[in-house]
Amino acid sequence: MDLHNETVEHNRAEHAGEMHIVRPPVYLGIFFALLVLTALTTGMSYVDLGVFNAVIALAIACFKASLVVLFFMHIHYSSRLLKMTVGAGLFTFMLLISLTMTDYISRAWGRF
Amino acid sequence: MDSQAYASATDTLPAEHGHPPFLRHHFESVSQQREAANFGMWVFLLTEVMFFGGMFCAYLIFRNWYHPAFVAGSNTLDITLGTTNTAVLIASSFTMAMSVYAAEIRRRGMLMFFLACTIVLGFVFLGIKGVEYHQKFVDHHVPGPSFSIEEFVHPSNPKALALTPDMAEKTQLYFSLYFLMTGMHALHMIIGISLLFFLLWRAYQGAYTEGHVMPIENFGLYWHFVDIIWIFLFPLLYLISRYR
Amino acid sequence: MSSTIISLPDQTTARLPRKSYLNQEYGLKSWLLTGDHKRIAILYLISITFFFIIGGILAGLIRMELLTPAADLMATDTYNKVFSMHGIIMIFLFLVPSVPATIGNFLIPLMVGARDLAFPKINLLSWYLYVIGGIFILAAMVLGGVDTGWTFTTPLSTHYLNTHVVTAAMGIFIAGFASIFTGLNFIVTVHRMRCPGMTWFRLPLFVWGHYATSIIMILGTPVLAITLVLVAMERLFDIGVFDPTKGGDPLLFQHLFWFYSHPAVYIMILPGMAVISEVISTFSRKRVFGYTAVAFSSVAIAVFGFLVWEHHMFIMGVSQYSALVFSLLTMLVAVPSAIKIFNWAMTMYQGSITFETPMLYAFGFFGLFTIGGLTGVFLATMGMDIHLTETYFVVAHFHFVMVGGMLMAYLAGIHFWWPKMTGRMYPEAISKLAAVVTFIGFIVTFFPQFLLGYLGMPRRYAAYPADFQVLNVFSTAGASILGIGYLLPLFYLPWSLIYGKIAGDNPWQATGLEWQIQSPPLTENFVEIPIMDHEAYDYEWLANKTQHEVQTVG
Repeated sequence: MDLHNETVEHNRAEHAGEMHIVRPPVYLGIFFALLVLTALTTGMSYVDLGVFNAVIALAIACFKASLVVLFFMHIHYSSRLLKMTVGAGLFTFMLLISLTMTDYISRAWGRF
Repeated sequence: MDSQAYASATDTLPAEHGHPPFLRHHFESVSQQREAANFGMWVFLLTEVMFFGGMFCAYLIFRNWYHPAFVAGSNTLDITLGTTNTAVLIASSFTMAMSVYAAEIRRRGMLMFFLACTIVLGFVFLGIKGVEYHQKFVDHHVPGPSFSIEEFVHPSNPKALALTPDMAEKTQLYFSLYFLMTGMHALHMIIGISLLFFLLWRAYQGAYTEGHVMPIENFGLYWHFVDIIWIFLFPLLYLISRYR
Repeated sequence: MSSTIISLPDQTTARLPRKSYLNQEYGLKSWLLTGDHKRIAILYLISITFFFIIGGILAGLIRMELLTPAADLMATDTYNKVFSMHGIIMIFLFLVPSVPATIGNFLIPLMVGARDLAFPKINLLSWYLYVIGGIFILAAMVLGGVDTGWTFTTPLSTHYLNTHVVTAAMGIFIAGFASIFTGLNFIVTVHRMRCPGMTWFRLPLFVWGHYATSIIMILGTPVLAITLVLVAMERLFDIGVFDPTKGGDPLLFQHLFWFYSHPAVYIMILPGMAVISEVISTFSRKRVFGYTAVAFSSVAIAVFGFLVWEHHMFIMGVSQYSALVFSLLTMLVAVPSAIKIFNWAMTMYQGSITFETPMLYAFGFFGLFTIGGLTGVFLATMGMDIHLTETYFVVAHFHFVMVGGMLMAYLAGIHFWWPKMTGRMYPEAISKLAAVVTFIGFIVTFFPQFLLGYLGMPRRYAAYPADFQVLNVFSTAGASILGIGYLLPLFYLPWSLIYGKIAGDNPWQATGLEWQIQSPPLTENFVEIPIMDHEAYDYEWLANKTQHEVQTVG
């Protein structure tokens, strides 16, 4: 029974980070950052940067999404398992996109 | 105690004491239950990522193929309403995050207030979306038999580029994706708001301010995820080459 | 060497446990509203058997039609509907949930030492979704059928057919969520519910296999879901995403569909491999050789499975450069599969092998899966693929893997854990006969199809040139034998529920945690959460434990 309790205690200690309570100032800060970034991305779309318009828009969107994931969704304070879970989702999504694109990009290259 | 003695004992003995009522019998501890639920929610969100992933993939391909049509289609969307809606959704994410905080510090009134705020902001978002959808119907920009390419071949705005009829036909694909992606997002919002009403009712009963934060936390994850989808939809659908 | 390791209690005094999950509560309601993973497993077992019978009858109809070269038994479009429904039912309602939702559901909590899966209600919801999905698919069949093939190829399915595509797609969509929820439950259970001392590398390989399966279920299935939504939208609202006349791309459908449906074949085979690992170890009395390699090969198959889908599209006009990449990646999948086969062979090497029914099925799995897997490498080679794809070679290939591999493994698992599930043994002699008959019937049915395909007989046609008739008659004759092989368990397994010998806790002298508790188990699984203090497949530990018990009791 002792071993049993020890392991449970150990598990609890290992994931104590999950119990972290995020304070309102953090939420408020992220909230304003997101609003500013929204204004920024809308403004940037009115500037002609050629191909970089799309790049910047996506970069800002990714940054905003990371803020939400890290702080609103507490991943910054979470166990490694949850961080890896998020990573796995991104990885598979990128697989879907990139491997599909191998076909679409090279389809017009013609035959061997 | 062998298994048969145990089996007959459970008939007579009352449930074990010393556990909070929300601890389910098959978990060893509250923290195990909370971690399992939290992880389960994240795994569910993975499936959501892949669900939307298919649509993003389709979007990416057609945007590259028919870029002019996508620019023209995107420029017909109302940027003011779009930006406002983004801000509204971010605000609702913020109030949801505050709800989680309220549940964690066990303030029932505060929790109910922020949940209610989230519901209101969710409805505002859907309302604005409704106005935008309505405008599309008025403009004959809804894919289907009544779809009209007139606006794209002979733009009413003299500064806008006119498309060839062939390319203008492809705007229908843009609007298909627009309705599909925003519609799927709106469906998630509607499900979310329904759940919020349930949570508000249970919060009123005091269910989440006695240490059982997990449902609020998990719903928060869902709501933030829906927010993230919009964070990507907004630049992809509304902001293609606005400078034209 | 003894010919058997079965150790049953003395039948004159043995009784089933007075309390177990089967008699904890009575009545239909106690089953339909249960949260107990073991009862849900039984519910799944009954429902997938039902769908297996329907799918099997359709298969019988296909083989009967193909007995003669002309399309004389049924009209050609009826034939289209029959093979489509056979594929849809067998894949989405039988193969995908077969081992995970029944045996996996029953055993994973027992094997990791937990009282239940992490989310019992979601587990029950999963069964209901499965049933609702099944009803939709049956409805599509009864209302007039679907004739797209199980692949729903666009624009055929979206623009040219007037059958119940949307109903069937809805059914698959819903059943897909059943499999997502099963996968979600398994992943969380394996991560969060392991008993003290149960480290990752003490988990039975059955759990590793199911963990890998669950990864595919949760990451792949939603892509199928959105693809089917798009097909339905295309049919209902004509959105144009897959319609070339509107600028859409039918190949996009293929990409999205196979992004799920290729990994889905690993959803179907990985749990089978998981069963085989347990069976081989138990009946060789040895720890699985290269435990770590087998464990990681499961995960490797799950990951590589996502990198290969385009090999279904080599002849569809995809980029040849891209096809080259996918051809190479496809061959990579053979590596982890071969790792498994070699390690199982090494497990048997110098083991004390006995030939109980599960082991016979496992041997069947070996041979058939190896042939099926190797012909897969043929198909991965682009030049060969152009010749062989859409012929009976492909049909034979995936039936060797899915039916010869997965169904054999499923039956091995059902026989292996039958005593644990029911507390009674199946009849030994007739079940061995069934295993042998199944194997022979299978070979006679599907081996001729390799030849047919190589000779150029295309799949999905009701009529064929008279030259092909001899091989087709072989195939149909084999199907009849195979049918008998599958019918036998349907009779003797229910029979054994009442007349079977009492099995006792551990008839196979196996080492898993599930064998150390009573059979059938208690609703709570364990009296006290166990503490894992030894490696998996530690037969010495079991021998010591048994000896210790004899000493203390005696």
